[in-house]
Amino acid sequence: MLGRTLREVSAALKQGQITPTELCLKCLSLIKKTKFLNAYITVSEEVALKQAEESEKRYKKGYVPPYNATVVQKLLDQGALLMGKTNLDEFAMGALGSDTGGSTRNPAAHCGVVGLKPSYGLVSRHGLIPLVNSMDVPGILTRCVDDAATVLGVLAGHDCKDSTTVQDPVKSFILPSLTDVSKLCIGIPKEYLVPELSSEVQSLWSKAAKLFESEGAKVIEVSLPHTSYSIVCYHVLCTSEVASNMARFDGLEYGHRCDINVSTEAMYAATRREGFNDVVRGRILSGNFFLLKENYENYFIKAQKVRRLIANDFVNVFNSGVDVLLTPTTLSEAVPYMEFIKEDNRTRSAQGDIFTQAVNMAGLPAVSVPMALSNQGLPIGLQFIGRAFCDQQLLTVAKWFEKQVQFPVIQLQEIMGDCSSVFENDLASVSLKQ
Amino acid sequence: MAAPVLRWCCPARRWILANIDRGPRHGRGAPTGSRSSGKRGQSSVAQQPLVTAQKPRKGEHQWAAVVGLEIHAQISSNSKLFSGSQVHFAAPPNSLVSFFDASLPGTLPVLNRRCVEAAVMTGLALNCHINKKSLFDRKHYFYADLPAGYQITQQRLPIAVKGSLAYSVCVGKKRSQVINKTVRIKQIQLEQDSGKSLHDDLRSQTLIDLNRAGVGLLEVVLEPDMSCGEEAATAVRELQLILQALGTSQANMAEGQLRVDANISVHRPGEPLGVRTEVKNLNSARFLAKAIDYEIQRQIEELENGGEILNETRSFDYKLGCTVPMRDKEGKQDYRFIPEPNLPPLLLYDSASLPAGADPQQVINIDQLREQLPELPSVTREKLVQQYGMLPEHSLTLLNEVGLLEFFQNVMKETRAEPKKVTSWVLNTFLGFLKQQNLAVSESPVTPSALAELLNLLDQKAISSAAAKKVFEELWRSGGKTPAQIVSEKRLELMQDQEALEQLCQATMEEHPQVVMDLKKGNPRAINKLIGLVRKATLSRADPTMIKEMLEKQLSS
Repeated sequence: MLGRTLREVSAALKQGQITPTELCLKCLSLIKKTKFLNAYITVSEEVALKQAEESEKRYKKGYVPPYNATVVQKLLDQGALLMGKTNLDEFAMGALGSDTGGSTRNPAAHCGVVGLKPSYGLVSRHGLIPLVNSMDVPGILTRCVDDAATVLGVLAGHDCKDSTTVQDPVKSFILPSLTDVSKLCIGIPKEYLVPELSSEVQSLWSKAAKLFESEGAKVIEVSLPHTSYSIVCYHVLCTSEVASNMARFDGLEYGHRCDINVSTEAMYAATRREGFNDVVRGRILSGNFFLLKENYENYFIKAQKVRRLIANDFVNVFNSGVDVLLTPTTLSEAVPYMEFIKEDNRTRSAQGDIFTQAVNMAGLPAVSVPMALSNQGLPIGLQFIGRAFCDQQLLTVAKWFEKQVQFPVIQLQEIMGDCSSVFENDLASVSLKQ
Repeated sequence: MAAPVLRWCCPARRWILANIDRGPRHGRGAPTGSRSSGKRGQSSVAQQPLVTAQKPRKGEHQWAAVVGLEIHAQISSNSKLFSGSQVHFAAPPNSLVSFFDASLPGTLPVLNRRCVEAAVMTGLALNCHINKKSLFDRKHYFYADLPAGYQITQQRLPIAVKGSLAYSVCVGKKRSQVINKTVRIKQIQLEQDSGKSLHDDLRSQTLIDLNRAGVGLLEVVLEPDMSCGEEAATAVRELQLILQALGTSQANMAEGQLRVDANISVHRPGEPLGVRTEVKNLNSARFLAKAIDYEIQRQIEELENGGEILNETRSFDYKLGCTVPMRDKEGKQDYRFIPEPNLPPLLLYDSASLPAGADPQQVINIDQLREQLPELPSVTREKLVQQYGMLPEHSLTLLNEVGLLEFFQNVMKETRAEPKKVTSWVLNTFLGFLKQQNLAVSESPVTPSALAELLNLLDQKAISSAAAKKVFEELWRSGGKTPAQIVSEKRLELMQDQEALEQLCQATMEEHPQVVMDLKKGNPRAINKLIGLVRKATLSRADPTMIKEMLEKQLSS
């Protein structure tokens, strides 16, 4: 049951093959068994079971339904159960992700799941703790593209509580099953072929391009000339907005507050030092530097201008007849922890986000679809980038691709039966049942 | 008060540093020159003591003062600028705070339409150019009453720019000469109000009330076209009247709905402008002019003594009557402005640019708002002058005093007396009594109806002017009785009996033959003496004019 798609599970619930409480208990059980993966920070077991109870009541009678984020409320309104808060960056949302520079797509690629970043303005950010208001989008993590489309269908639409959501009525997100890709034009941005790209990913990228070509699609090389500036541009804009967004964390109205009583300033300084980790503090200090009167023009305004150029790169490419861009999502498979911590966060972000953050700066929709396992047995995904507000077209292409590559989706509960005692801290290779 | 005595000559805009009464050091003490009891004059504008200009003595320098104002007016709306929580004065602390107001993460600002309309209406009333596109920015600073660590304001591109505010100062011996002045409006911007801090020094703690956090404000920036406290105070009063007439702000300074910061500098005429100081939070109408004038004087003295003016922020200490530096900040404040990313540009339309089929709920039409503007104070005053033939300065006073215009209009409705008479009674007698007892119009024991009745009696010549004043006094004291009752009780009716009066005239003339002889000799004062005698005989119940007529008639026969 847990390996089924959302649609299948929903149907099963409606038909009474399984009750909400039973499903909930299964999920909770699996969470417990995979505790070593540390995927969940908080498991709201009681809340989940209570919601399951209420869901059961709703199945029995027609029911229309108190600070919930709009996207959470929309899911709850559709009968979803919130299992808990998952282990993401300290400022990210839970069961849904958030994508500011790739933080939904990157983990999706590393974990072999689908990670969707919708078009900016399509999904409400009300309730999403903001990192970079002009780039944040709620991200959707699912097992398959169809599920991502289903969730997007629930979440998309104007929210009067979020003035940056578009007012146009939202089209349906039911995905057709594409059989003929001959009318499709796939763009391969040449600037994305960087030396740091692992050979495995590069080869999968090539393979994917050839796959489209062999099925009749037009696959062409395109150029996004300002790509090399995007990391630096992103860094300036991101830290500037972070510095601004974090100004509210002073311990007065909510959250951590230290005991210093000497003066307001002293209390603020100590609270913020204690409450923020190094990465966040670093970003705040950088951001404030860029926003100083004497620096604003040279850094912030300049970065906004470069951002415009980057966004225009994409516009030009799409205007030349390209429907969807195909790029890697990450430079390589997931790097082992000991390897990862050798570089500081800023370097890692710069490297990790290289393919994903230009998309956020341009506000475009993008999805990472798992393609194959690496030689080490770790997932590798590729990214599709679409035109603004053409999320349905993007997902249609992604769905076709998903069907072609038949990625071996992990079936956790079956593994658990075999090797629950084996795993400790390392993510060792996993033998999978196809 | 430790404030030095101020001497100046507005509107010539030149400050004469004459002798300041500082104590034994100076040879002669300056006269206080105060003719006012301090309770006279408009209640909402500090009435300055009238001082006649002194001729500059040798060696004294002249100074010019330059005053600009930043005025914050709370918008009169049901809910806050960016959130749905209510706007109420004096609600229980922290009872009107939404998640957004408390800066809970994930909450987003949603613009309040009414606030935008209020800004546009105010801009139109102040002859501003309304920017069809305006932008919102974040202004960052850390303070306990600013939960988000930034204020949302309009720094780059405000909603209205380049307007003007016309006001009139009364000068001259009897303040009867009206001089019209204009101050340019630099801009009007929409911004959030902050919460309130209550400092509890006893327990070394500060209590924060966020009820006010997020309330919509109009910041109106007045260019430094003013030259003294009186001009500034008058301009502020006029702005108050305009805002109240529009309904965009109740602009009540006592309730914190109108707050003024002044930028003040002095310089010698012909020389460049001096360093300015900012005097913040002038929240009392009474002390506005005083504080500004104090600061001007302080700067002049400082410079005269060879000192220099720091570009600093000061506040006015009401108890001491002087400006004091506010707690100094290390270095200048850098607000790290950034565009507000959660609010798209604010677009306004006029009838020409309104998109076809636009949802009226979602758009604002400037032309429509212009058509719906209510009557502004200047127009009201003009109408009063035209309709009732009153002097401009009278119309000023009528509007300046809260509730006085309505009182006047109510009296006019119920009386046949001439408007000039009514005006005179309302502005002199009625207002005089109010001021003497420091009462507002709303607290008056005399109702418009009562005054109207009294004026009718006077008009009918049922009583004399002197009697009328007595009746008024009694009305004020007793409250419940009608004028007719009082007249009857005190037997103040004018003598209506012509024959009796003629007899009295006759008798008086017979009793005072010398006066009559004087009169016949051509002594002009004799007639008045006679009139006085007759009046006395009638116990002041005869109209002097009538007496005079009768006497003359009798004398000539």
